[in-house]
Amino acid sequence: MSEPLDDELVLDGNAAAGALSEIYGDEMTTVLAECASCGQVDPIGGLLAYVHAPGIVLRCTACATVMIRIVHTPRGTLVDVKGKRIPPPPPRT
Amino acid sequence: MPERFVTRGFVGRRESAGAQANRIPPGQHLVKDFPVLSAGPTPRTDLAKWTFRIEGLVKEPVSWGWNDFQKLPAQDFVKDISCVTKWTKLDTRWRGVSVDILLEQVELDRRAAFVTAFSDGGYTTNIPLPELVNGQAFVAYGYDGRPLAPEHGGPARLVVPHLYFWKSAKWVRGLRVMEKDVSGFWESLGYNNHGDPWKEERYTGD
Ligand SMILES: [Zn+2]
Repeated sequence: MSEPLDDELVLDGNAAAGALSEIYGDEMTTVLAECASCGQVDPIGGLLAYVHAPGIVLRCTACATVMIRIVHTPRGTLVDVKGKRIPPPPPRT
Repeated sequence: MPERFVTRGFVGRRESAGAQANRIPPGQHLVKDFPVLSAGPTPRTDLAKWTFRIEGLVKEPVSWGWNDFQKLPAQDFVKDISCVTKWTKLDTRWRGVSVDILLEQVELDRRAAFVTAFSDGGYTTNIPLPELVNGQAFVAYGYDGRPLAPEHGGPARLVVPHLYFWKSAKWVRGLRVMEKDVSGFWESLGYNNHGDPWKEERYTGD
């Protein structure tokens, strides 16, 4: 996990901007997120984003620990937040 | 009818489009390439440090290093695979070790019922134990005559071809045998716990 940036499939967290603003009803990429594992702080838009997967996964830039996961399903969008400081998603309606 | 005879010999094992269509599960489309999907950075594990472990509800956990793993009886497998992102690839050619061979090396507890496959990078996926045995699953380290490439899960990945391909954990490092089912990385966030492509078990509730 020493070179998480050395990867063709990685984007930055702005790639998840649309999905996040749908969930939160607000622009989220400038919100600061703190890695629960190593303490690294980055704006959500600066996190490592993996979108070529069954869902969207945002990871810490320093240690690649998972901070946010987003899955779109036919019955709604699910989000899981592990990073500190990131506000919890609003309750689903 | 000599011409027809020649033609039949020439096309050999090629299937008609109809026969191929019968191998594509509902909602899937056929691909010729091998798409790379990843939820995280590609681990580059030093083979000298690589191990494959079976732990949990076994009398004694067992662990193989890379060289020992290569000495286990290997087989070639030709399988159709289906990804939940809707692609299906036919006749993928793998080399690896059947999970049956691996489980011969441990004594399973009577309560053993579910397995979590765990990988470098923290990925996990859960599979009922009965769906990993009797030739249904293998740990692959070769693909198409070459060592399995890192982007496809090398040095070794689990392959469970009868389930959606997220169950075929890339960079797999072991199997944890359990009494109760524990949802894995995708199963815990909206993806189906079982994942049978022929039943379109894509999401929770499907
Ligand atoms: Zn971190």
